[in-house]
Amino acid sequence: MNINLTLIGQAISFAMFVAFCMKFVWPPLIGALRERQATIAEGLAAAEQGAQAQEVAQAEAQQLVSDAKTQAAEIVSQAQRRGNEIVDEAKQQAVTESDRIRTSAQAEIDQEVVSARETLRTQVSSVAVAGAERILKREVDANSHAAVLDELIAKI
Amino acid sequence: MATDAGRAPTASEYIQHHLQNLTWGRHPDGHWGIAHGAEEAKEMGFWAIHLDSMFWSILLGSLFCFLFWRAAKKASTGVPTGFQNVCESLVEFVDDTVKDSFNGKSALVGPLALTIAVWIFLMNLMDLIPVDFLPEALLRWGGIEYQRVVPTTDVNVTMGMSLSVFALMIFYSIKVKGGKGFLAELTMQPFSSDNKIVQGILMPINFFLEIVALVSKPLSLGLRLFGNLYAGELIFILIALLPWYLQWSLSLPWAIFHILVIVLQAFIFMMLTVVYLNMAHEHH
Repeated sequence: MNINLTLIGQAISFAMFVAFCMKFVWPPLIGALRERQATIAEGLAAAEQGAQAQEVAQAEAQQLVSDAKTQAAEIVSQAQRRGNEIVDEAKQQAVTESDRIRTSAQAEIDQEVVSARETLRTQVSSVAVAGAERILKREVDANSHAAVLDELIAKI
Repeated sequence: MATDAGRAPTASEYIQHHLQNLTWGRHPDGHWGIAHGAEEAKEMGFWAIHLDSMFWSILLGSLFCFLFWRAAKKASTGVPTGFQNVCESLVEFVDDTVKDSFNGKSALVGPLALTIAVWIFLMNLMDLIPVDFLPEALLRWGGIEYQRVVPTTDVNVTMGMSLSVFALMIFYSIKVKGGKGFLAELTMQPFSSDNKIVQGILMPINFFLEIVALVSKPLSLGLRLFGNLYAGELIFILIALLPWYLQWSLSLPWAIFHILVIVLQAFIFMMLTVVYLNMAHEHH
């Protein structure tokens, strides 16, 4: 193991290589690394931001959907109520209508009865007169017995 | 190999040959040239250079610079692909380590740590090339007598780096704390007293302790890396002494284990460099 000039030669070449590395190797490489690190950090931050925005949007959408659901339910219940009302109204109307029809029918019937009775009355009087004529075997003056006949008719 | 023609080398000759660097330096008689043998290399003393260590370490350092420079040129904020991705992961890993362990602000520590980690890893990686491949090839076709292809098994290489780190530690200590602050750090702790005279007596003790602690840092830093890789290399050389049909049974497990070692040692060197520089930046 001889210590000799190699020691100094090695020290000189060491210094030269370090100087070269310091000037031409280290700065560009470390610069690129730092820059890439910054780019990646930015990308990650952007991704996080995007995720956050998405979350917010999702919450918003959910809100909208639930709002719409409530609204729809309201509308449905309103429609149901309205439908019920309409049915009720129709029922009411039908009842009224049927009442009216019944009343008018009743009135007609009553009228018919009255007119039939009237007719009957007139016919009864003529039947009575004819009967009496037969009984009395003679002509009876209808006019002179009108008072009696009217009394008879009124009794029917 | 450096043996007499026709005779196969003995085990010890084989090992010694593998542990001999290709040394170029000043011979004792004054002329410069390649050392033939360990004795001649030793006689050259300090004024010699290991051509193989320097060649491989500079080659691998240049490879690191080239690969990362290409990645840096293509660096963009888009999706990285292939080798670009590997480079960026490494840079990010080193940057995270520096951020965790280094509290000051410095444009140097990051690139320094990256260079150390990748360069030492590449130099250690040479250890996984079978020990005889490159030396044999260079001997046969290049006529090069000695060759050690793992620079980090050369103590000069590891100490050259750890002493550079040491110089940075001293530089930053003085820059951040000032000369006085640095001296105070060396002399006023761990023992201190309000009494001036007692403090005066304690100062040399403190100084001794702190200097030992300070000097042990680069020594342990360089020698740890060297020791680990040298030992690993030596074991590969020993395994290579087995008959060729048995070598795989030991070299394969050892190589697999060594993958862990080469990564770990590169990481430890980088980590400790960052920690030591952090300590240099901190006030006590």
